[in-house]
Amino acid sequence: MLLTADRVFSGYGKVDIVRSVSITVNEGEIVSIIGRNGVGKSTFVKTVMGLLPAHSGSIRFQEQDVTRSKANDRARQGMGYVPQGHGVFPTLTVEENLMMGTQINKKKPSMNLLTIYDYFPKLKERKRQKAGTLSGGEQAALAIGRALAGYPELLILDEPSEGIQPSIIHQISEMIRKINRELGITILFVEQHMGMIQELSERCYAMDKGVIVGEVGGEDLHNYDRLKSYLTV
Amino acid sequence: MEDLLYQFMNNFAFLILSAIGLAVIFGMMKIINLAHGEFIMLGAYIATLATKAGIPLLLSILLSVVGVGIFGLIVDRLIISRLYGRTLDSVVVTWGVSLVMQQGILILFGPSLETLSTPLGSISIGGSDYSLYRILLFVTAIVLLILLYLLFTKTTFGLHSRAAMQNAEIARSMGVNTNRIYSFTFSIGAALAGLTGALYAPTMAVSPTFGGGFLMPSFVTVIVGGANPLIGPSLSGGVLGVVSTGLDATWGTFFGRLGLLVVAILVIRIMPLGFSGLVEKLSVRKSRG
Ligand SMILES: Nc1ncnc2c1ncn2[C@@H]1O[C@H](COP(=O)(O)OP(=O)(O)OP(=O)(O)O)[C@@H](O)[C@H]1O
Ligand SMILES: [Mg+2]
Repeated sequence: MLLTADRVFSGYGKVDIVRSVSITVNEGEIVSIIGRNGVGKSTFVKTVMGLLPAHSGSIRFQEQDVTRSKANDRARQGMGYVPQGHGVFPTLTVEENLMMGTQINKKKPSMNLLTIYDYFPKLKERKRQKAGTLSGGEQAALAIGRALAGYPELLILDEPSEGIQPSIIHQISEMIRKINRELGITILFVEQHMGMIQELSERCYAMDKGVIVGEVGGEDLHNYDRLKSYLTV
Repeated sequence: MEDLLYQFMNNFAFLILSAIGLAVIFGMMKIINLAHGEFIMLGAYIATLATKAGIPLLLSILLSVVGVGIFGLIVDRLIISRLYGRTLDSVVVTWGVSLVMQQGILILFGPSLETLSTPLGSISIGGSDYSLYRILLFVTAIVLLILLYLLFTKTTFGLHSRAAMQNAEIARSMGVNTNRIYSFTFSIGAALAGLTGALYAPTMAVSPTFGGGFLMPSFVTVIVGGANPLIGPSLSGGVLGVVSTGLDATWGTFFGRLGLLVVAILVIRIMPLGFSGLVEKLSVRKSRG
């Protein structure tokens, strides 16, 4: 088991938004968390990353209890994070953004930027450009490339399809799958876009009002209506 | 003409050296350090006392830099680290720090120190005498800007601190210990203030209120310059230097100072993000095109 969240409560200030959420992610898997706007998906993955403290419950990563450790330590232990809205550093150049990713993981040598450019040739063309001037799709690529540069064991992506035109969403999905297959990086992603959920997930947790209300795997992932029911009001 | 140039160099150096420590701390951490003047004063005390104890001036200046840098680190660990990101609270708290420092120095060393004499003498050009030391201060200000530029653009620390400045949460998720970056930044800002105090100690009376004379120019320079801790002061130091030199020469120092405030008010009206805000907007436009 690469990641285990056990009855995690968390939120902003003292209020619990996420309530008793338990999930597991196995090594090599691609797992998604789906749910409508405002149900607490981002709050939960931020808690996994260590950007918000867990009020109670525990988080284990690679057989270690990381519940109390800081985000930067979790990153160095092998968690990569792509925030909602991509979160590139706008006034840093593309290359500087990628440099931020290198030397994160203390157990593995960081990935050569050339490898990143192989995956995302567009970034190479624009390496001296300020990241804030990239299109939505390019910013998504940069955010993923930047997290990849640290060679994480687990890559957490918060709504990678957000702000990207439909034709490019498919490319991003393929890229994430390729990263998983070729580099053996485990993927946990938050998503609301049906195409991406169905194309990418091997297993899927559905969240509503801060709690996990369903787990979908295997054949059921092809059940469009069932997945859709978790995303519509 | 040489006179005006010399005056400009003087004013420019004074503005840059006054502002640089404040600008680094504000630009990188959004902390407004009202004790900035007292950090400068502490630097002046260390340099003066060390020189009086027989240490060569250059070494005394170094001692001020290191001493105030360490003092800044302690203040950061004890106090500022609890206020990261809380700009308004930082004003109140650092004001408190400034009062304690002024009173502490007053109790320890009395109302004033015997002033050092300005070293290096003067050179004579076209019948007027110019202080070599003050010309050296101008050179120091320029060199300092270049060194800081290199620190913030060419080193890993610089990259991490610029990233943390833009989005601390994401920087942390990339393995950056932002608290350590902030501590180090505050310490650098303090060390720069120490340097300023040490450099000006031989040119004016050293007393517990020594920092007062630096506070207004430093804040005006930072406000007019905007958030970028290097582009900002360089540009505003240049413009304000010209303004105050012109006014000094025509109507005297009082109007020179007043002119700084008027320019500050105008700049805030016209470009609220200061010069560096304007530069950033232009550079984004250029890089897009
Ligand atoms: N910084 C914050 N401070 C206080 N409350 C917040 C904060 N961020 C989010 N919330 C609240 O927490 C709840 C869950 O938000 P969260 O961002 O986790 O939802 P989400 O499932 O990621 O939604 P979306 O799909 O729109 O991104 C919402 O009610 C939101 O208003
Ligand atoms: Mg969200």
